[in-house]
Amino acid sequence: MAYATTLTVNGVTRAIALDDPRVTLLDLLREQLDLTGTKKGCDRGQCGACTVLVDGRRINSCLALAVSHDGAHVVTIEGIAQGDRLHPVQEAFIAHDGLQCGFCTPGQIMSAIGLIEEGQTGDDPERVREGMSGNLCRCGAYQGITEAVLEAQQTLDAKNRREVA
Amino acid sequence: MKPFDYVRPVTLQQAVAAASQPGAVYLAAGTNLLDLMKGGISRPDSLVDITHLSGLDRIETLGDGSVRIGALVRNADLAHDRDFARRFPAVAEALLSGASAQLRNAATVGGNLLQRTRCAYFYDVASACNKREPGAGCDAHHGDNRLHAVFGWSENCIATHPSDFCVPLVALDAVVEVEGEVGRYDIPLESFHLLPGDTPQRESMLAPGEMIVALRLPPQAAQFATHARYLKVRDRTSYAFAVVSAAAALRIENGTIVEARIGLGGVAAKPWRAREAEATLRGARVEEASFRQAAAAALASAKPSGDNAFKIELARRIVVRALTLAAAGTPERLPALPASPFAAVPGVAAHA
Repeated sequence: MAYATTLTVNGVTRAIALDDPRVTLLDLLREQLDLTGTKKGCDRGQCGACTVLVDGRRINSCLALAVSHDGAHVVTIEGIAQGDRLHPVQEAFIAHDGLQCGFCTPGQIMSAIGLIEEGQTGDDPERVREGMSGNLCRCGAYQGITEAVLEAQQTLDAKNRREVA
Repeated sequence: MKPFDYVRPVTLQQAVAAASQPGAVYLAAGTNLLDLMKGGISRPDSLVDITHLSGLDRIETLGDGSVRIGALVRNADLAHDRDFARRFPAVAEALLSGASAQLRNAATVGGNLLQRTRCAYFYDVASACNKREPGAGCDAHHGDNRLHAVFGWSENCIATHPSDFCVPLVALDAVVEVEGEVGRYDIPLESFHLLPGDTPQRESMLAPGEMIVALRLPPQAAQFATHARYLKVRDRTSYAFAVVSAAAALRIENGTIVEARIGLGGVAAKPWRAREAEATLRGARVEEASFRQAAAAALASAKPSGDNAFKIELARRIVVRALTLAAAGTPERLPALPASPFAAVPGVAAHA
């Protein structure tokens, strides 16, 4: 039996017939929607490589059943740039060498966007590190990642202030 | 992962009926359940998805002043609810010291209570585990057991309950609201989880099909708001389960402790309430000697279950330090590293 599911992914609403309820949100994105930017690291909720935004919040897509997220709005790494213009978090990761091999980077960036949206860290690097502890980087680019998150947060704050003014 | 049927009930009654069938389990966020299913540790025949039920995601203050937290409230939403965190700061601190931000955004309050032990032998299906397979034996007994229980364990099982959230909750007399075929009823959190005894596969008072619909904190629980902390020693600074943790909450009047609450985590198959220790603090002065006496009472009946005698002394020190932090006062803002012994607190010695 197929499970009729509706998901809005990167702004596009799709009707999806799931032939098996075991499909995780991660596998749906990668295997059925060809959105392979979201990475499968541990597949057990430990590494954060699969982080996406669901209804605006960062979660591990490997520990989410797609069928249970019927009606959700999902944003992946493919959905954050505007055409050729990178998202401020992407730009900051490049500027601060917040990566080496790049495998964890989509998850790091989606997690950073979620963290900035949550608004709990201020400009305290310790709070940023704590807030990003669900994203492991085997290359150890943590220093650059923390700097990138702090700078992107400033950029986004300034942008928001301009838009309000 | 074993195939399963997926059921999405619309009403609570439908959910209870579906989950009462043999082989059925509830699915909330699934942050623990899906992990267990991927590893073949849990093999349900059907999942009853309760995440689309309405009315279970509210935090509300009731007429008598108690606070009711719906079972589907997400960990992060509860911890960041300003009013809740102001009234129950140790609960917020415990929540924020657990898991990662991604998991806290998904994981639910009800699921936190029902999460399974992280004993490595429970997770490894090639190992003997009485909890996973009753009668199979317990490989943890002679295995790597430095993190296992020091209270309430049996020859059949030495696993611990991994929750941080439950530790301040049990200290604050939280009550679990349950819906089942017999209707709605309450279970005090302190008696909700079962010690292993001869049936380690039975982990809670819930009968098949019964669902946690809410948690309640009684009005008295908010009286500790100005002196309440959670402290958690872990093998990593962040994103790790407790080796040992403690919640401490005090009511202080004119330099004297009027009432104390102490809970311990990572030490038993349930969140551990240290009532004898609390009794030693009633009427005691706010000083280190009182805290040391309480810590000694808290661990008096502790017994190592393997290479973990260190946890008993560690727990004593954690109790002293948690009480010291609670006496110093709840900070205006949670430290950058919630519940961490590495978080500097002005005016408090780093070593109790």
